[in-house]
Amino acid sequence: MSVTTLPKLSKAQFDSLGRELDELRQRVIDDLGEADRKYIYDVIKVQRTLEVMGRGLLFAGFFPPAWVLGVTALSVSKILDNMEIGHNVMHGQYDWMRDPALNSKMFDWDTVAPAENWKHSHNYIHHTYTNILGKDRDIGYGVLRMDEGQKWNPYYLGNPVYACLLMVLFEWGVMLHDMETEKLLSGEKKWSETKGVRQRIWQKGLKQTLKDYVLFPALTGPMFLTTLAGNATANLVRNVWAFSIIFCGHFPSGVQTFTEAETENESRGQWYYRQMLGSANISGGPLFHLMSGNLSHQIEHHLFPDIPARRYPQIAPEVRAICEKYGLPYNTGGFSRQLTSVFTKIVRLALPDSLWGSPSGPPAGTVGSGRAVRAA
Amino acid sequence: MLTTGLRFLEALATPHGVDRYLELIHPMLTIRELRGEVTSVHRTTRDTVTLTIRPTRRWRGFTAGQYVRLSVDIDGVRRARCYSPATSQHRDGHFELTVKAHESGLVSRWLHANARPGLILGLSQAEGEFTLPAERPDKILLISGGSGITPVLSMLRTLSDEDYQGTVTFLHYAYTEADVPCLEQLRDLAADKLVLAYTDAAGGDLEGFFDETHLRKVAPWFAEAQTYLCGPPGLMKGVRDVFADLGVSDRLHTEDFAPAPITVDAADATGDVTFARSHRTAPNSGATLLEQAEAAGLKPEHGCRMGICFSCTRVKTEGCVRDVRNGALSTDPDEEIQLCVSVPVGDVAIDL
Repeated sequence: MSVTTLPKLSKAQFDSLGRELDELRQRVIDDLGEADRKYIYDVIKVQRTLEVMGRGLLFAGFFPPAWVLGVTALSVSKILDNMEIGHNVMHGQYDWMRDPALNSKMFDWDTVAPAENWKHSHNYIHHTYTNILGKDRDIGYGVLRMDEGQKWNPYYLGNPVYACLLMVLFEWGVMLHDMETEKLLSGEKKWSETKGVRQRIWQKGLKQTLKDYVLFPALTGPMFLTTLAGNATANLVRNVWAFSIIFCGHFPSGVQTFTEAETENESRGQWYYRQMLGSANISGGPLFHLMSGNLSHQIEHHLFPDIPARRYPQIAPEVRAICEKYGLPYNTGGFSRQLTSVFTKIVRLALPDSLWGSPSGPPAGTVGSGRAVRAA
Repeated sequence: MLTTGLRFLEALATPHGVDRYLELIHPMLTIRELRGEVTSVHRTTRDTVTLTIRPTRRWRGFTAGQYVRLSVDIDGVRRARCYSPATSQHRDGHFELTVKAHESGLVSRWLHANARPGLILGLSQAEGEFTLPAERPDKILLISGGSGITPVLSMLRTLSDEDYQGTVTFLHYAYTEADVPCLEQLRDLAADKLVLAYTDAAGGDLEGFFDETHLRKVAPWFAEAQTYLCGPPGLMKGVRDVFADLGVSDRLHTEDFAPAPITVDAADATGDVTFARSHRTAPNSGATLLEQAEAAGLKPEHGCRMGICFSCTRVKTEGCVRDVRNGALSTDPDEEIQLCVSVPVGDVAIDL
């Protein structure tokens, strides 16, 4: 891992960075209107239509092309539901519409992870404490070693295996994330504290399982197993896709992590700085952005998690120009490049750092005075 | 049987619900959500529009004097307002709303300009306590002003449908004759009971604003009657004062429909903050609502404290708040706000 020294920004520069990004946000907010409403309703229409088509085609699942088409439609439906619709609606991106069907408090998505739990661990914890070691539980999700700052131990030899399991079972992993299992094991948290989280997991998990693995298969009668396999495949496709997009958002090489000490008393500009340096984009075309829920614009998403995702591609050039102006990196690359970078990191971090020579970077400075890629 | 079927369908449609699929076929196909289709539109005065609305099957009807919450999407934002049906409660399957386009009325102006047959609206079930008693009084005085005519007109039409044999007088205030909605129909319905008062023109049965002489002239029997009143704040105050002076306030039933305008300076920390659910009120300290709630000893759910995570979103039931990030004001009642980035402007009530 190469050591890149990041530019030092003065207090005045941080302040003007914060101001520029606040102004950009305000311009988008002032421009929100009917086009944004129409967009999300169009996406929903496509998603629900694909879902109905997919479920319908599986009634003819004895005919292999129908099964393949059905599973494809259902997979795409679940991906759209989870990413461009669910993730974004539950971020409050469409709360300004005051439409109960698209309200962050009311919406739930087509996965076993209950909306309420996810909003806590994702919208609050992850988006507030992005990439702060020890605070952002999305660094490794309590399972993986994704940063040199996580001290190596032999458990991490299984890093690639855990990552593959998490990829295949992603929705179940997200479901269990808010249980904070590692804190239960370490005794930091009591079992009784997880009561609400457990109840929601049970209720949501049961409904989702019943729908995909009992009711719809049963409706197709003698095709029970074929339909069950179809639904399981669609869930698997969505899991692998969601995992891949999400891991490309924060774990490719070049993405920075921060310490709690560094990020104390952050200014608005410093907060933006951490969001930009802690995220990575994936380049691609409009269809790719749609299918990734525009999380291919992870940098824009982390700067402005509450503005409608369709706006991210529009503002990306401006965000990039701001980065260039302040000499800050704008981490982006093609899907295969970012994904390769992520898997390389997963494998490399499975082994002790000493194996790769000296620890990866100089000691961390503070955000306020400019910093270097952090060391173990 | 029906509910078992519905529950099965909902299990299949989880987590989105059946309506989210049915509405893709047709917006009026919803099972749980209440909607209405505009079936006819009449513009009876220069600034009012009368809509006939056919609600979806779950509509439970209304009692004369009640209101419904109607919502439309304007520039991407769902805007809800309360309107009283003006029709008799005994007409099944549809009702009428007469909407006056106020100068600053976003929804009323939009409806006046855009309502057409086929328009689908969001609806609530009818609500409100401003209704006639089930056992009709012998003498009834109905007083309205401007667009406050709708709930009392509904009462009059309901009584007419019931072939009411008691004494009823309907006193309505308008600027001029041209401002009285559905005038022809009104005359057909209740010519002998109708008293029109014009505040800005001659030619009515009465002239000028409400006072005791108006009351004595149109309903000398007011002390034995039940009076139902709905109109603009000036008229409401005038009638309330006269009834209080005469010691018959207990016979006056009122419905306010225009919230008092907000005239407080957005930068001043004035007024009181009311946390309605926990029955606490404290003077506005100028801090964010999250901080003020915590200072009042409450522990509202919250997260980032910077407006990004939406954990602290709550419904502001009354008043105006300012977003500390950009100064944007939220003035509508029943609007969702984020406590951590909202500062009260004047009196504010939060559902917390």
